[in-house]
Amino acid sequence: MTQSAPGRLRVATTSLAGCFGCHMSFLDIDERLFELAQHVVLDRTPLTDIKRCGPCDVGLVEGGVCNAENVHVLREFRRNCRVLVAVGACAINGGLPAQRNHLDLGTCLQEVYLTEPGLARGCMPDDPELPLPLDKVHPLHEVVKVDYFLPGCPPPAEAIWSFLADVVAGREPRVPRELIRYD
Amino acid sequence: MSGRESFLLDGTPVPFAPGETVMQAALAAGHYIPHLCYHRDFKPHGSCKVCTVRAGGQTVASCTLPAQPGLEVESATPELEDNRRTLVQMLFVEGNHFCPSCEKSGNCLLQAVAYELGVLSADLDHLFPSRPIDASHPDLLLDFNRCILCELCVRASAEVDGKGVFALSGRGIGKHLIVNAESGRLVDTAIAATDKAVDVCPVGVILRKRVGFAVPIGRRRFDVAPVSAQAKGDAPRPPREKERR
Ligand code: SF4
Ligand code: SF4
Ligand code: FES
Repeated sequence: MTQSAPGRLRVATTSLAGCFGCHMSFLDIDERLFELAQHVVLDRTPLTDIKRCGPCDVGLVEGGVCNAENVHVLREFRRNCRVLVAVGACAINGGLPAQRNHLDLGTCLQEVYLTEPGLARGCMPDDPELPLPLDKVHPLHEVVKVDYFLPGCPPPAEAIWSFLADVVAGREPRVPRELIRYD
Repeated sequence: MSGRESFLLDGTPVPFAPGETVMQAALAAGHYIPHLCYHRDFKPHGSCKVCTVRAGGQTVASCTLPAQPGLEVESATPELEDNRRTLVQMLFVEGNHFCPSCEKSGNCLLQAVAYELGVLSADLDHLFPSRPIDASHPDLLLDFNRCILCELCVRASAEVDGKGVFALSGRGIGKHLIVNAESGRLVDTAIAATDKAVDVCPVGVILRKRVGFAVPIGRRRFDVAPVSAQAKGDAPRPPREKERR
């Protein structure tokens, strides 16, 4: 799927503060993956393990923005993708991770890593490799311009397919009403 | 139906009975006009503005607009639908609406109206307000995060239950639902799980405990049919039917 071919769309995908459920739903298009492979070349995505995003036609981003690395990756996608798509509830409104937004981040970390009963020798993770958490979890569109939204937790495979099929066919994407759902 | 007077809704004649509003007559005839604070059992409130239409050169809430013979009402225009979408999107970002973990999901009017209007995202900056829930009552839960300030519970508790448990307080963006007890907690009110105020909340604020997620996905109210296909169910009931309840 990764070799370049003329006329094929380049697609990148990533999961930020998500659970990979949206990627699973993408795989749920099942045998249509073969059809998709005729029209699409995958760039950076967990499926290819390519680490940097090159110029792409479509970027599918799952998950909200909860730490500094998420901001970085999202900006890389925005720079490179002609059409950037927020896929799923977390990318669209922060989702489950954003339910910490009304809490103080310091207090949250303390409770999870230091004071939670049952922790033997808790310590605050401070490895320099770890990205710094943001004080709030943000939907993608609060950080970069987003061109299209596929709601759902996860979006139904049919909705993801309908979107990709429209883009491949050069049509303006339009998720049918009956495939719009927020849960 | 002959002999009844009618108005025009997007060019279609809609018959009405004397005293009916545009909303009531439209719903009774099976025509959907998006709405949130209107409820068939209550006097129209006219506060959410989602039902706004153009009629007689004016932009007005159709739930409070008296039907008049020959009135030309525009509802399903791109401009009005756009305004409705924006109103709904604002409601989503003003509260905390995490549908996947909400018991009301699938039975929620705000969600159903958003689906109907094709809202894919709130697409505005989220306010992420901090609104602690009130779980003090043994049978009921109050999750203020999802309140759309429709005042249906206020009206139901005062007019039907005769208890006056709820009120709205504050103005503008500071407006919020309050509980009428010195402690401010639901447990210190006379509310019961069988109250109309509990039934009437269109979103996931006033919830009965221990019954959440009882109906599986696929069989919830708006899984079965979109809100626009259920217009007749939202029409005012004939008085006789009301009495039987
Ligand atoms: S009240 Fe409705 S819109 Fe809000 S979270 Fe619950 S289901 Fe979603
Ligand atoms: S609690 Fe429910 S019924 Fe009461 S004002 Fe809020 S949304 Fe309306
Ligand atoms: S339904 Fe008419 S203003 Fe709310």
